[in-house]
Amino acid sequence: MFEQFLFGIEAAINGLMTGVMYSLVALGFVLIFKASGVFNYAQGVMALFGALTLVGIQEGQVPFAHLINAIFGTKITNFTWEVPALAAIALTVGVMIIFAWLVERLLLRNLVNQDPIILFMATIGLAYFMEGLGDLMWGSNIKTINLGLNQGMNETIDAATYEWFGYGFYIDNLDITAAIIAVILVVALTVFSQYSTTGRALRAVADDHQAALSVGISLRSIWVIVWGIAGFIALVAGVMWGAKSGVQFSLSLITLKALPVLMLGGFTSIPGAIIGGMIIGVGEKVFEFIVSASWFGDLVGFTMNATENWFAYVLALIFLVFRPQGLFGDKIIERV
Amino acid sequence: MFYREAGDYKKSYAEDSQTFPLKLDRYAYYALLLVAFLVVPFVINDYWAAAVLIPFLIWSIAALGLNILTGYCGQVSLGTGGFMAVGAYASYKLMTSFPELNILIIVLLSGVITAGVGVIFGLPSLRIKGFYLAVATLAAQFFLIWLFNKVPWFYNYSASGQITSPKREMFGFEVTGPSASAEAKYLFILVLVVGLAWVARNLTRGRIGRSWMAIRDMDIAAEIIGVNPLKTKLVAFAVSSFYIGIAGALFFSVYLGAVEVGEAFGILKSFLVLFMIIIGGLGSILGSFIGAAFLVIMPVMLKNIMVGYFGWPIDLAAQTELVIIGFLIMLTLILEPHGVAQLWRFIKQKLRLWPFPH
Amino acid sequence: MKLKKIAAYAVAATMAASPVMAQLVFPSLSYRTGPFGANGAEVADGFADYMTLLNERDGGIGGVMTEVIECETGYSTEKGVECYEATKGEGALIYQPLSTGMTYQLIPKTAADGIPMLTTGYGRTSVANGAVFPWVFNFPANYWNGASAAVNYMLAENDGSLEGKTVALLYHNSAYGKEPIPTLEALAEIYDFNLTLLPIDSPGQEQKSQWLQVRREKPDYALLWGWGVMNQVAIQEAANIRFPMENFIGVWWSGSENDVIPAGMAADGYKALTFHAVGTDFPMFDDLQKYVVDAGLAAGTGENVGTVLYNRGMYGAMLAAEAVKVAQEMNGVAQIDAAMMRDGLENLVISDETMAAIGLQGFGPNFEVSCENHGGPGLVAVQQWDATAQEWTIITDFEPSDMSVIQPLIDADSAAYAAENGIVPNCG
Repeated sequence: MFEQFLFGIEAAINGLMTGVMYSLVALGFVLIFKASGVFNYAQGVMALFGALTLVGIQEGQVPFAHLINAIFGTKITNFTWEVPALAAIALTVGVMIIFAWLVERLLLRNLVNQDPIILFMATIGLAYFMEGLGDLMWGSNIKTINLGLNQGMNETIDAATYEWFGYGFYIDNLDITAAIIAVILVVALTVFSQYSTTGRALRAVADDHQAALSVGISLRSIWVIVWGIAGFIALVAGVMWGAKSGVQFSLSLITLKALPVLMLGGFTSIPGAIIGGMIIGVGEKVFEFIVSASWFGDLVGFTMNATENWFAYVLALIFLVFRPQGLFGDKIIERV
Repeated sequence: MFYREAGDYKKSYAEDSQTFPLKLDRYAYYALLLVAFLVVPFVINDYWAAAVLIPFLIWSIAALGLNILTGYCGQVSLGTGGFMAVGAYASYKLMTSFPELNILIIVLLSGVITAGVGVIFGLPSLRIKGFYLAVATLAAQFFLIWLFNKVPWFYNYSASGQITSPKREMFGFEVTGPSASAEAKYLFILVLVVGLAWVARNLTRGRIGRSWMAIRDMDIAAEIIGVNPLKTKLVAFAVSSFYIGIAGALFFSVYLGAVEVGEAFGILKSFLVLFMIIIGGLGSILGSFIGAAFLVIMPVMLKNIMVGYFGWPIDLAAQTELVIIGFLIMLTLILEPHGVAQLWRFIKQKLRLWPFPH
Repeated sequence: MKLKKIAAYAVAATMAASPVMAQLVFPSLSYRTGPFGANGAEVADGFADYMTLLNERDGGIGGVMTEVIECETGYSTEKGVECYEATKGEGALIYQPLSTGMTYQLIPKTAADGIPMLTTGYGRTSVANGAVFPWVFNFPANYWNGASAAVNYMLAENDGSLEGKTVALLYHNSAYGKEPIPTLEALAEIYDFNLTLLPIDSPGQEQKSQWLQVRREKPDYALLWGWGVMNQVAIQEAANIRFPMENFIGVWWSGSENDVIPAGMAADGYKALTFHAVGTDFPMFDDLQKYVVDAGLAAGTGENVGTVLYNRGMYGAMLAAEAVKVAQEMNGVAQIDAAMMRDGLENLVISDETMAAIGLQGFGPNFEVSCENHGGPGLVAVQQWDATAQEWTIITDFEPSDMSVIQPLIDADSAAYAAENGIVPNCG
């Protein structure tokens, strides 16, 4: 029984770590939602696009090579150089900022004052657009991220827990890295929004668009900055998830893992995104652990497993019934 | 000059409250029905039926259903795929359990069952609003798909978990199964579409429809003037799910013939239907049809142009297709956020005044 | 009136592709986009390139040019239906839909339309019974052969006994992933090993729960029945928990370069089943290089020639082409139709001589097709990944699987299908 308990704890800790990975995606959502009121479905695709661009630049791929070849009958694939990792990251961030600027310029600016649902649908359109564009630019084959991220079981934790409990806990090094990066990101974002001028302007915009405008804050430049930061976070999420699975189309589907996190944590709260992610991560891992145990299967009459796709949503749904604005979301005040 | 009420005298209340008050509209509508019923079945072939017409009609039903919920009652739902799956599995269970039951009854009953499920998942809408509700309906989407994949009873314990629709006839013509003719399938669905559109049109302009719109525009205000939000929202969920369930049943039994739940009714289907009503026009019956037509025909057309006409490599064409569809969606939203139906309303307004602009 | 013009083009384009005579039409329902696009593209390239080779080198098959009509499905069933309807009127000889879901869809349709379908290593296993499924073929091997071959391989490694061992099956939670379960359950009873079933929902990016369970229960072997991103993550997670890679065996759809390369060195030693060879070490590939790739006619970039999935697509094309030859011989005409093609498939004999004549000796197993057996003998080999050399090597012969277990399952499942659909089994 004690062993089962340890297994449960291990599942919970791993859930916590996975939750952080979800939060990485959710963070970008929150930032954009706060600053521009846009529920950005394209966040997952941005992660894919960012990771694709990073690998492409690093390996010196020619963008749109296949398209160019098809039209002009040439046979180009790669430049002769390879870009060092740091420079490639910097260049990718540059690309994401240009992307943010284009989104503001061509999309958001034209949709000011529309219903949130319209903005939401526009970002789904954006997601389709970028899925196609990413494939067109860099090809649809599966790519490997080469940033020297350490993966695999963490020896120290395994040895230490083995000594204490007689059972070594498994924790993935990549998850630990992700957790550290998430902490750095949240601290950096908090510091940025508390102490820098731009950060204050950002908070002002999040608070009240019109009031911010009236004191001379440029809404447009704030949007570019926010989308740029969200692009950067998407890149981080893309790299972390891509390290596991290779960079490929399916990366864009991580959005679906982030949505319940948002519901739970509230659309407008950065700590909410992190804590929501952790609750979801722990919840789904522990739930799966319990229901896939044989005694539970006997109880309901069929083997219950692979619950993770829906558990997070149902948990968030039940939670929302009691607290409709999420854990840390702004209180919804309705006036007639 | 011709497109106006003047001269079209109404002699009874029934005439006064008809759907198409304008003569020209009315004739256009009758002409369309005539073509759909009497011309199309004679020119239809397997390709047009399978690639364009049948999916268009089925998606129209789904779009009508979602439009009732989202466009008229203001409750954004992303659970459409899951509810379609309910319809599909309900029809499968009914078809295999009661082999002698008429297919039309099966389809309608599937809709009723889906309505029941829809009401259950609609309950949280009393507390949860806006995007939170949209994401909450995803719970229905994922849970239902999981359920149908997991519990063997739903797929009659078949080894692979696929469901395959058996042969069923209507007036002696096969409408489901592999040897059903394109005409029979088309006409069967067309009858349902016309009937359902007629019901939707009359529901939405009656008392129920008005209470839906009141809730949509401002639910607290509606409550104050005496609209019961619980009842109204749940009725909207029920009616909407009824339509979507029928669409799901037809999608499975008549159109595809065999489905695998995760693939056929995945989250992408929910988005697809939402796209249809937003591009077509929220709160518009016509918009549901326009949106369905746009999103069914557009990809087929793009593919045929790029591959068949320009001879592009197939993968480039597929990727470009995504780019173009994404672009068109954004463009439509920028140019006319209220959908193509709004454009049509605008044109009608202009036409009424033509040639005198004031 | 630009819109009108475009619409007119579209209509013209859909209508224009009218059947061209004196051509052997092979529709290729491919998927180069979407979650499985990376895999689908390689298979489709292999298929197209082999047909191009036949045209360029031999002037087609028996003097009739081949034509591959490729249609993008994006792995979506509806688009598959659209593609099927769009191509079936073009004189399509055979369908190879490359998707288990789509196969289920097309089994009744192809039977109604009288067009054969070949599902090499996927689809519904019980179509091996040609008496019930006259139009569908799934030689040379199916999932149940695969499951049995995996068990045979484990038996061989353990001196013929798996008693008390535990085998975990990690499967894609779909029709495809569920296929091997009945066979494995039957085999578990015979050989007395424990079978743990671990479903993973599509897409399968997050598998930590499943792998923690593997880590806790320490199965002796793990089998992987995945597709797409699920494979890469599974192999990575297996490496993370230090599951011994040589005890981790994937089905043939979980054993391509795409699946192992992202995990890097950690994937070294991973095994997978296969029913054909890998690499380009066959005389045919020299021709392929000369007539297709160097001539700039390759469907893809030409870089993926010789990869597992490319070779599989090519092998599928080769089997179809051989069946055409058989059909041409049987009927004495070069321009065959779909019904003749079916007879050709049913009388196909692949021997050392045929393979040598193609320049692919030893590439795949030898087999004969008959009405009673549309599935071939189910000869399956095991290949292993060498991460240092970045290549797969076949480590066993093409070994037979345990038909005494599989045949009753095939008979039962096909009989159920026949009863459901009112088919009278008929051979000859």
